[in-house]
Amino acid sequence: MFDQIIINMIVEGFWDSIYMTLVSTVFAYLIGLPLGIILVVTDKDGIRPMVWLNGILGVIINILRSVPFLILLITIIPFTRWVTGTSIGTTATIVPLVVAAAPFIARVVESSLKEVDKGVIEAAQSMGTSTFQLIYKVLLPESLPSLVVGAALAVTTILSYSALAGFTGGGGLGDIAIRYGYNRYQTDIMLVTVALLVVIVQVLQEAGMKLSKVCDKRRR
Amino acid sequence: MSTILRLEHLKKDYAVGKDSITALSDINLEIESGEIFGIIGASGAGKSTLVRCLNLLEKPTEGHVYFEDRDLAKLSTKELNVARQSISMIFQQFNLLMQRNVLKNVMFPMEIAKVPREERKKRAMELLELVGLSDKAKVYPAQLSGGQKQRVAIARALANNPKVLLCDEATSALDPTTTREVLELLKDINQKLGITIVIITHEMMVIESICNRVAIIADSRIAEIGPVREIFAKPSTQAGRKLVYPDGDRDVHFGNRRCIRIVFDGRSSFEPVIANMILDCKVPVNIIYANSKNINGTATGEMVIQLSEDEKDYEKVFAYLKARNLTVEEVRDYV
Repeated sequence: MFDQIIINMIVEGFWDSIYMTLVSTVFAYLIGLPLGIILVVTDKDGIRPMVWLNGILGVIINILRSVPFLILLITIIPFTRWVTGTSIGTTATIVPLVVAAAPFIARVVESSLKEVDKGVIEAAQSMGTSTFQLIYKVLLPESLPSLVVGAALAVTTILSYSALAGFTGGGGLGDIAIRYGYNRYQTDIMLVTVALLVVIVQVLQEAGMKLSKVCDKRRR
Repeated sequence: MSTILRLEHLKKDYAVGKDSITALSDINLEIESGEIFGIIGASGAGKSTLVRCLNLLEKPTEGHVYFEDRDLAKLSTKELNVARQSISMIFQQFNLLMQRNVLKNVMFPMEIAKVPREERKKRAMELLELVGLSDKAKVYPAQLSGGQKQRVAIARALANNPKVLLCDEATSALDPTTTREVLELLKDINQKLGITIVIITHEMMVIESICNRVAIIADSRIAEIGPVREIFAKPSTQAGRKLVYPDGDRDVHFGNRRCIRIVFDGRSSFEPVIANMILDCKVPVNIIYANSKNINGTATGEMVIQLSEDEKDYEKVFAYLKARNLTVEEVRDYV
């Protein structure tokens, strides 16, 4: 049905998508996870309330989250160039992806950590845990199943953001779908790439749910 | 005996919007080393806030909390965290770490105290032995019953050899049989390890079965404080009477005649006091309520009797009972 060139292009697009998504997820978590923790810890009912810091962070995160990804992608081109030395290509796309996903991840992490029973936190405090110990010995391990579900959500969201990477020559399956399917009316290519995207999302989501179940010790 | 925990003029206010609500006011309390001290009160009386002030989980608005003569509020965060290792706590909802198995839950406070790994495991196994759960070491809390969870919580609370164990409604989520077992365990720990225990509860039964002394909290204040036997025999405040009187308020009416409540201690419960009294005083009495309880290992009974309206009869009976060293008091509004 397709010639070798098209097949190669789709294979390359597949790996581009995987690369952008996974690398972006890792970097977005490096920023988003600490931000989410800070949001929970500095909350007015948190372990170390710091209302001003919490307020400022909240506003910044909300602003970043309200900018449509395409606009963000273009607006931060100078920043992208400063970080990667270029504003086009797969690697350059990772920068806006991280900037867009980190605040989203911060909120996802925040909601997971807030699920931890207040009583358990109180018990840990009654044993003399420091703030740092509370975070890495109580908050994170206790919310692990929920954090994993959140990670599956984050990675699939980043994959869908990455579909717009074509605008900066980022490549990937989404780019192919737009260029061939939308611009050139080659519906067959579009269907194949979309099907591949569906499979990737399905696999990631399922894997996340399975992993979450495995590490959930709360069930009888 | 020395004082291990001392509260001076403690006050705690909560801000609710622009107003503030007083949860505790002018609490003065001394808890002796090695005793089992009960704090009882209706829900909302402020007892949970009080117990949280003892380890500064709640910061008092005014007043001082002294642990071994050190003002807890004056300690640095680090020093307070070290002090907290000597004041452990168990909770109504157990509050175990759900993602850790039983053994690792017991090891948790030792991780915080930086006890070496090998020692942690050894001590945790010993503690599980003590609470009778050695076979559940690898099980997760979700698979345990309420009573078992509380045992794990107790083992965990003992991990760092605390001097004080605070129990916040520790048996309120348990059925009567399990409650008795957990109370026995606490009593055992108190006797074997000499740990001071502070128990918060709304159940008189808990106080009666294991406490040496009790404070009754009502309307944010300490209404009454003293040895359990004394308070049980002679509650002097409205709040005390409410807790001590059998089954609370009654709406059954036997007429307007006067009632007296007699408390028997271990010695007098062997004598047929009432029978002798009737023979001696030649008055008819109506027994309205009778019960016997085990308070700190002593068989203690109480009885409410109703007398005729004749003032002379009443005084005769009163004098007779007094002469036999029984605790007697007139009860108004009982029937």
